[in-house]
Amino acid sequence: MQKPIELILMRQLASYLAMPILIADREGNLLYYNQPAEAILGRRFAETGEMRSEEWVQTLPLYEEDGSPIPPERRPLLVALRERRVVHRRVRIQGLDGRSRRIESTVLPLDGQGGRSLGGAIIFWELDPS
Amino acid sequence: MRVTLWGTRGSLPSAGPETLRYGGNTSCVEVRGEDGTLLVLDAGTGIRRLGATVGEIPAVDVLLTHLHMDHLQGLGFFAPLYRPKVQVHIWGPPSTTMDLQARLVRYLSPPLFPVRLRELPCDLVLLDVPLGRFTIGALEVAAALVSHPGPTVGYRISDGRVAMAYLPDHEPALGARHFPEEPKWTSGYDLAAGVDLLIHDVQYADAEYPQYVGWGHSAIGHALAFAALAGARRLMTFHHNPTHSDDDLDRLIETARRGEPPFELIPGREGMTIAL
Ligand SMILES: [Zn+2]
Ligand SMILES: [Zn+2]
Repeated sequence: MQKPIELILMRQLASYLAMPILIADREGNLLYYNQPAEAILGRRFAETGEMRSEEWVQTLPLYEEDGSPIPPERRPLLVALRERRVVHRRVRIQGLDGRSRRIESTVLPLDGQGGRSLGGAIIFWELDPS
Repeated sequence: MRVTLWGTRGSLPSAGPETLRYGGNTSCVEVRGEDGTLLVLDAGTGIRRLGATVGEIPAVDVLLTHLHMDHLQGLGFFAPLYRPKVQVHIWGPPSTTMDLQARLVRYLSPPLFPVRLRELPCDLVLLDVPLGRFTIGALEVAAALVSHPGPTVGYRISDGRVAMAYLPDHEPALGARHFPEEPKWTSGYDLAAGVDLLIHDVQYADAEYPQYVGWGHSAIGHALAFAALAGARRLMTFHHNPTHSDDDLDRLIETARRGEPPFELIPGREGMTIAL
């Protein structure tokens, strides 16, 4: 199944931008992240590939800045998709390389014409780059 | 299914001695179902001559891919619009903020055009094209948004036996690192997958494309790669550049044929009919 054109263009744009971007479909399944995102997520996209929502919620856990875990339903992406609004917040993410990083993230719900919900794009950056 | 090309030119009507063989009228394609169902793809200047041939018909469906002028300019000259009792359905993409009616009125009203939509004698219905499948007469139509500036759809039309796809303005290579990429990340793929006939944008020679990235069109190399990826049985070149003469277009096709594409390559010429 081909992805909607809005997600195709978003991925192409993300592949050219120098800021870390991750793209998910409307169910929250991970579809793509760009090279700058690889440094924060701790693994190359070519090695991880697409991941089901339940799967990457487990493999890339999020924590509050004080270290308490963020349950799946309160993850910024899932809030943005459910409530169809922009979500902006600081969290800690444990990368696939095992390292924990403090990041700031903005999630944009991608709504197409005719009220179609297509997915979301997460733009994020590391707060204390080493 | 029978497919006739009434206008094959892109961007601007291009009448002149150098465009006699491929034609100078802009995008318009007639699709006839076995039961006589008549679909008109786009309303470029080619639609005027089509309108003169349709005779007494109860209904016609005009499917617009988008509202760029070269796909709309002939609409007001389509004879069935001026016949009472003919049902004319015009389908086209809404924008994110305006429906098709509001968008069309911008062209079909003074000062751009002397007649207003509501003054047309036919039984006119304007329809926002659904993104997905729907049925017109005996034909099944699928529409999907594709890579081109502004809301633009491509169409796939099937009669249950054969299928054709119409992507006159399409830049699937836009932003792709290595075109073609996987099918799932390729604009237009689902519409064109496995079709018997793919009518596709071939606005540029490969060497011309780098100057026009993002303008919404394909070089012939992109069209060939896209058709191969989609597994189309025939590729018909379309939306010819106004600056390309008949001889230029012959050369493009000749060069493409030397690459031995895995499908039949048909130069899209105004007036030609293909039975599928
Ligand atoms: Zn065009
Ligand atoms: Zn166009």
